[in-house]
Amino acid sequence: MAQVTLTVNGKQHTVEVEGRTLLVELLREKLGLTGTHIGCDTSQCGACVVHIDGMSVKSCTQLALQADGANILTIEGLAEADGTLHPMQEMFREHHALQCGFCTPGMVMTAVDLVQSHPEGLSEKEIREGLEGNLCRCTGYHNIVKAIAAAHPLMHAQAAE
Amino acid sequence: MGYQGIGASVRRKEDLRFLSGKGNYTDDINRPGQLYAVIKRSDRPHATIDSIDIAAASAAPGVVKVFTGADIVEAGLGGIPCGWQIHNIDGTPMAEPMHPVLAVGKVRHVGDPVAVVIAESRQDAKNAAELLDIAYTDMSAVANLTDAVKPGAVEVHDGVGGNICYDWAIGDKAIVDGVFANAHKVVKLDLTNNRLIPNAMEPRVALGDFDTSSGDWTLYTTSQNPHVIRLLMGAFVLHIPENKLRVVAPDVGGGFGSKIYHYAEEAIVTWAAGKLRRPVKWTADRSESFMSDAHGRDHVSTAEMAIDKEGHFLGLRITTLANMGAYLSTFAPAVPTYLYATLLAGVYKTPVIYCNVKAVFTNTVPVDAYRGAGRPEATYLLERLVDVIALETGIDKVELRRKNFIGVDAFPYQTPVALQYDSGDYQTTLKVALKNADWDGFEARRAEAKKRGKLRGIGISTYVEACGIAPSAVVGSLGARAGLYEVAEIRVHPTGSVTVFTGTHSHGQGHETTFAQLVVDQLGVPFDQIEIVHGDTAKIPFGMGTYGSRSLPVGGSAMVKAMDKVIAKGKKIAAHLMEAAVEDIEFKDNTFTVAGTDKSKTLTDISLAAYVPHNYPIEELEPGLDETAFYDPKNFTFPGGCHIAEVEIDPETGVVEMVGFTAVDDVGRVVNPMIVEGQVQGGVAQGIGQALMEACTYDSDGQLLSGSYMDYAMPRANDIPGSLSVATENTLCTHNPLGSKGCGEVGAIGSPPAVINAVVDALKEYGVRHLDMPATGAKLWSIIQAAPSSGHTPAMAAE
Repeated sequence: MAQVTLTVNGKQHTVEVEGRTLLVELLREKLGLTGTHIGCDTSQCGACVVHIDGMSVKSCTQLALQADGANILTIEGLAEADGTLHPMQEMFREHHALQCGFCTPGMVMTAVDLVQSHPEGLSEKEIREGLEGNLCRCTGYHNIVKAIAAAHPLMHAQAAE
Repeated sequence: MGYQGIGASVRRKEDLRFLSGKGNYTDDINRPGQLYAVIKRSDRPHATIDSIDIAAASAAPGVVKVFTGADIVEAGLGGIPCGWQIHNIDGTPMAEPMHPVLAVGKVRHVGDPVAVVIAESRQDAKNAAELLDIAYTDMSAVANLTDAVKPGAVEVHDGVGGNICYDWAIGDKAIVDGVFANAHKVVKLDLTNNRLIPNAMEPRVALGDFDTSSGDWTLYTTSQNPHVIRLLMGAFVLHIPENKLRVVAPDVGGGFGSKIYHYAEEAIVTWAAGKLRRPVKWTADRSESFMSDAHGRDHVSTAEMAIDKEGHFLGLRITTLANMGAYLSTFAPAVPTYLYATLLAGVYKTPVIYCNVKAVFTNTVPVDAYRGAGRPEATYLLERLVDVIALETGIDKVELRRKNFIGVDAFPYQTPVALQYDSGDYQTTLKVALKNADWDGFEARRAEAKKRGKLRGIGISTYVEACGIAPSAVVGSLGARAGLYEVAEIRVHPTGSVTVFTGTHSHGQGHETTFAQLVVDQLGVPFDQIEIVHGDTAKIPFGMGTYGSRSLPVGGSAMVKAMDKVIAKGKKIAAHLMEAAVEDIEFKDNTFTVAGTDKSKTLTDISLAAYVPHNYPIEELEPGLDETAFYDPKNFTFPGGCHIAEVEIDPETGVVEMVGFTAVDDVGRVVNPMIVEGQVQGGVAQGIGQALMEACTYDSDGQLLSGSYMDYAMPRANDIPGSLSVATENTLCTHNPLGSKGCGEVGAIGSPPAVINAVVDALKEYGVRHLDMPATGAKLWSIIQAAPSSGHTPAMAAE
């Protein structure tokens, strides 16, 4: 067992983990943050995407030990403290971009990074390409693409404030 | 806040928790003292189990117990039951071999569970499972339909000759043969319906718990129908009476059919929790899902249509081999019979139809209902056949469909294959789809694409399906071992808020929203004062669950019926309070009024009086305002419509790009248009997946080749066209109180033939008459290269 210290959603944690523990396992099992989901075992579905130091990462592709010292944001930390939804969460709801909700946390975290890293704007094709690493079986992606396009101006307007 | 009743695109209640990471999926649940189960599965398709040495595994760190099939036998547990019994042509029942919880003596498919290791942690259990020493003797295996029915093929189950589970037929063969003998022309098509893996994004999970004080079991499971699991597992496998067994299906991350069935893992963890007196949890790896979730489709068929000179359909004759896999899953025998062959009239007035279906055992994962279940297979067969008829007769494919449509004035329409369609308007859905897809402008688009070196094609599919399953007496006579009604309890609380207990289950469909809309509409209770409860046998009286697009037409109708009872009782209370005759009380907009007067009482006044019955007709009425209804549908419902696909193929690579998709569906009354659109979009994406990329593949020895997302192609955002147009043109269902038909499966049913028809159309200059799904780039490239008219000479040959 080894010790890892990391900040998750603004709160610092020090946890004992096995060397083989994945970051997603640490989040779900040690910290009880079950909003991050496990949908596959080959790092292809994207249900486990979180932000590590501001970048979207599949948390099944990292060992927990690699996250030592990292600042992690999960779906539970995206809304404001008073429960006000992030514009991306708001637009997913407005555009019916989720059905069963299982891929949603990873999809939202990917989408937030995608929009943040493209302040210049995103074409529909760029949004679809940006979702390459996230699988959804329910929606057919149509409304997810719409939600991300709608969130883009809101997020960048907010950032400019 | 605007109107939130029927017809409004109300934003979903459930989204707030899903978007904030607060969903409560089965794997998110942990019980104190919980153990972890890992299943050791067969890595070979067909073998005898000669010995299992559990000593090393049992002694491994953290291991609490190892169970094998012998332990299950010793405990006297039953096999996994099948919910339908189909009869052979000769009247004898289908072959129904034992489906053991853990394999005994033999394994019959890759993924067949052999042993379970239960340990303090998942890692301990995984490590120990590697230490199990299982000696097998491999047997030859049959992996596909055609091999399994060859003379001399190895038997998957001893004594099931020819691997035939059943040999079933519908229609009068002699009459149909007679029509064929005298027909102007017969068009014949051989085709397959590719095997699929449902791939709900949430893998299956089961958590068994045993309460040592009460002696009750609880199973938390990823199920579409918790009451059905309680019934099947309690009565047939574990012999636990319903009063001692609770099944909870909390938030479930998609199902598409694959979470209807009772699976071995549910029985294992529930039984083991009782044996070990500790909770036991099993969570599937995705790799396990690929080899243990029931698969879908997998038909091989020959279809023939007899036509007259003008192209009128005179008779249809079909033989189908349907793969059951190694064991019968819960619904499996019903899928290629009553959900497939009965839909073979489609939207056409074909007067006579004969269909013979042989269900076949193979050394593969069990096959059962997957989104659409039988109807996609019927629709694909018919709509491909109709296009081939158009090709071979030279009749325009739209005109050919039009002239054979069942007319709008022909309803109720009795088909020659048992079903009676209650309503529909196929000319209208076709007309609107042609307009929305700009069908008339297509040749210009084809010419433009050609200039860019692309092969552009357009394809159409006109279809009908049956859902809202199902009238209990009818399905009972057809072999169902259960009734298929639905249950709703409407509890009006003392201060007027409402809790709905529904026997259906939401795993993406948004029932917490749409069902609340029904209450807004009928009782006038504000949307935010309505709670929908589903997925827990301890809370809900009973229920048959969600599949076959039944939740609104059947479950919603049960709610309407229960709310009718609430109103009827409320009227009696109101009459008492307002000293009027019951017949004079009217109910509208949450208010009971004495007709023709200004005397009124709100529903809250009435519910308060019902729970605080100080001034109450106590001699005639019980207190309380809580009503339950069981609704048994009078008939199936028949959604239908028209789908049009437009594709471009790059002849250099064979890769298909979906450039347009138009769906115009008739789903009956729509409660929430936003949700209906989402259901159709998702269904269409799955249909495009089936048509272009998805293929569950076994090698000829029975090894599963598509066992992960690295080998099984799932549609991604880029595979779905941006120009996806979804609309409805609705006629009402005539026999349920809502007029709704169901919308969950139309997308997956109508779309695959539209896509393949478009691909074939794009390749018409290469003389392509038919190709089997999926139309992958590699397959189309080979077709293009091999075509005699190909201008695309292979690079090697050109050198």
